[in-house]
Amino acid sequence: MEKRALFSGKVLPYALLLPQLAITLIFFYWPASQAVWQSFLMEDAFGLSSEFVGFENYRFLFKQPEYYKAMVTTVVFSSSVAVLSLACALLLATQADKSLRGGHAYKTLLIWPYAVAPAIAGVLWMFMFHPSLGTLARPIRALGLDWNPMLNGKHAMILLVLSATWKQISYNFLFFLAGLQAIPKSVIEAAAIDGSGPVRRFWTIIFPLLSPTTFFLIVVTIVYVFFETFGIIDAITGGGPAGQTTTLVYKVYADGRLGGDLGGSAAQSVILMVIVIALTAIQFRYVERKVQY
Amino acid sequence: MAGVTLDTVRKIYAGNVEAVKGVSLGIEDGSFCVLVGPSGCGKSTLLRMIAGLETISGGTVKIGDRVVNEIEPSDRDIAMVFQNYALYPHMSVYDNMAYGLKNRGTPKDEIEKRVKEAARILAIEPFLTRKPRALSGGQRQRVAMGRAIVRKPQVFLFDEPLSNLDAKLRVQMRVEIKRLQRALGVTSIYVTHDQVEAMTLSDKLVVMSGGQIEQVGTPSEVYRRPETRFVATFIGSPPMNILPGKVEGPGRVSVGGQILTVTDMREGLSPGTAIEVGLRPEDVQAGGSSSSTLVMDVDFVEELGATQLFHGKVAGAEFIVQASTGQIAAGTRKLTLSVDPANVHLFDPQTTKRLGRV
Amino acid sequence: MVESGRYRNLLAYFVLTVGIVIVAFPVYLAILASTFDSATIINGNMPLLPGNQAVENYHRTIFIGSARSTREPVGTMMLNSFIMAMGIAIGKILISVLSAFAVVYFSFPFRKTAFWIIFITLMLPVEVRIYPTYKIVADLGLLDTYTGLVLPLIASATGTLLFRQFFMTIPDELLEASKIDGAGPFRFFKDTLIPLSITTIAALFVIQFIYGWNQYLWPLLITTKDSMQTIVIGIKKMITTQDALTEWQIAMTTAVLAMVPPVLVVVFMQRLFVKGLVETEK
Repeated sequence: MEKRALFSGKVLPYALLLPQLAITLIFFYWPASQAVWQSFLMEDAFGLSSEFVGFENYRFLFKQPEYYKAMVTTVVFSSSVAVLSLACALLLATQADKSLRGGHAYKTLLIWPYAVAPAIAGVLWMFMFHPSLGTLARPIRALGLDWNPMLNGKHAMILLVLSATWKQISYNFLFFLAGLQAIPKSVIEAAAIDGSGPVRRFWTIIFPLLSPTTFFLIVVTIVYVFFETFGIIDAITGGGPAGQTTTLVYKVYADGRLGGDLGGSAAQSVILMVIVIALTAIQFRYVERKVQY
Repeated sequence: MAGVTLDTVRKIYAGNVEAVKGVSLGIEDGSFCVLVGPSGCGKSTLLRMIAGLETISGGTVKIGDRVVNEIEPSDRDIAMVFQNYALYPHMSVYDNMAYGLKNRGTPKDEIEKRVKEAARILAIEPFLTRKPRALSGGQRQRVAMGRAIVRKPQVFLFDEPLSNLDAKLRVQMRVEIKRLQRALGVTSIYVTHDQVEAMTLSDKLVVMSGGQIEQVGTPSEVYRRPETRFVATFIGSPPMNILPGKVEGPGRVSVGGQILTVTDMREGLSPGTAIEVGLRPEDVQAGGSSSSTLVMDVDFVEELGATQLFHGKVAGAEFIVQASTGQIAAGTRKLTLSVDPANVHLFDPQTTKRLGRV
Repeated sequence: MVESGRYRNLLAYFVLTVGIVIVAFPVYLAILASTFDSATIINGNMPLLPGNQAVENYHRTIFIGSARSTREPVGTMMLNSFIMAMGIAIGKILISVLSAFAVVYFSFPFRKTAFWIIFITLMLPVEVRIYPTYKIVADLGLLDTYTGLVLPLIASATGTLLFRQFFMTIPDELLEASKIDGAGPFRFFKDTLIPLSITTIAALFVIQFIYGWNQYLWPLLITTKDSMQTIVIGIKKMITTQDALTEWQIAMTTAVLAMVPPVLVVVFMQRLFVKGLVETEK
């Protein structure tokens, strides 16, 4: 796709591109290549010198049980949030799609959590479920359950999933609603004339037509859980208790900052980059398909 | 004011696609020239090369005495009206018309004078402060014209300016464009695929096909004496009937065994040579008083109100006759048609060129 | 539309209302907490109706700050967050509108290359390259500066892609008409492209403002002075000291203050927000 009418210029286009390219090169390509380079280096205990060690950092990484644990944590975390937030968002979107009075107000009241910072979302949920002072923790403890996300890894994970889901519902809701509203009314009317009831209509007509949106949202939500939930984790659990809520991204941060293992942290960064590139490539294929419609 | 001269102008796109294959054409100062042809015939490309919106791959374009090949569009002293109008959506009608003048540093009061004058001529004075989106299609069209007029250019270029309008408005705007051009006397080049527009507007009609000029002439010349079979069938509605025939002798051809006399026929064609015989639907008469006649089997009749179209076959080929309503009795299955020898057009089946007197 | 029955509509109202209550409840609690004193919250029996400490809490939070952990007034933090958010939003719009203009409206060698160099950055979120980026910013002496907070976050493909996509929808004839009207690249950019892009610019601004305001990891790394803290970092520091030491009423007041600007932006610029969100994902 290109414009038919163009300007020609020898210097101007480069001048226009300069700010963006300069910043991109300095803050994207240089650090990214540094990450790759560092992942092949090992620093001595004082950080004074480093030597080239080939794939040693990677080998070491894959020998660590903690790394596998972080992988499992990441998978559990992201799949729980994806399933939960998509299901809730779809339910709300289908209801909001009905031509209800005050429909617009409902929409506004559901989308604003998008604007809340992940770390703040974490703080809100922490406060609500705080073992000693949380308004909702008390009834749980009254039921005889020893609810304590600060000591119990499962409880901590549940809290993370809930707060991450809470924040992501608004985004998924918005896209599902847009997807629903893009389905031609005549298709639904035809299905109604063909004698299928509302529930059947949803699963045989509407849901399949929404599948591109669903697929897109799954990818976006996974990317969101991978990276943006860093703030939630850091605010609620700090990766604990006992590393039970440390995800891959959190581990990059923790190993580099707290542990000072820059080589290992860099190797983890590189692996994450590969994952992101794979996810983006999948998403890009989806975009392409959408363009071809 | 200035005329426009094209000398073997070519346009070759990437991949060696030749969109315009060496067109030479002279357009006299003050005349209205229409380029007509089917889509993809190169007419728009040619216009855009004159405007400077496409680079010229070969040949020269002259506006007045100046070769403009390498000159920027804004310096060619032309104005253009686009098919989709290309009005600046965020500017008022006034600013749309004034923009080109402002960019040229025209004094403010002069701009105002010219815009007001153009608005008066085009009857869009009440809309000067509106945005284009608040205008109807016809009004937008007038603004686009106004933007061209205020510049007082040497040449107006029109790229299918009426094709976004509904049928009724199109007729009305057509008349206005013609009137305006007469009044201003500015050389105009107008591209269209609509042959009615082409016939009614032009002083000089240029029929194009496949990147080349098929014929240049006044509308009546092109209609009366089409140089190729393409022109014959493209200009005129319904299109000219083409029948397979044979040369019988000087001034005589036969169609399915029926002999026709012909006024305009190339000399020296040997008897028996295959030939194509063109007859316009409106040029044949029902009734068999003439010496040259054809017999037609009628399939069905289309009513157009004042006239009727009889569809059927002559010598096995599709044939259409246009006649005033009531002239031919309803239910007629077989028609005898008399043909005026002056109205028979002959074409070479191979070259598709006219086989008229040289 | 196939009409839904009355009871099905009731069901829809019910589901939506429950959804809204669940979504709003955590925030309601935070607002509540910002109206009580510390003791009421810590004893674990916070009432579900507002208390009377609101004025005291908000005044103290904004102008004095927490007595423990970070002692910076939250007003300062909000100013820092605001400067960072504005810097990111405006910076991103500026550099991406220029680069998109170059990529769409000029033909020059390396046009495709330039586009791809920008496009690939879509795949590299700051989280995967934090330490090397940190090192560069440190080497440039930009730690604890607004420039350091803003610059690394303004270059990304989203803005360029968004503008490119919008520019592609502008009819070619508009540029051609401008050329005939004697406008060069600068005039076309200033007189036509920018006025037409206003809603796109506004939509991108809304999205990027929220993005900037909510940044966490990056400011956490490169700000060491309390006076450079953003509000999102500040609140984290307030509750990091365990339990009894946390001044919950101040922390939750800060949380409310941290939510107000971006939420207001979403609610009052909903149309632009939705447009920005949907179009940056295309």
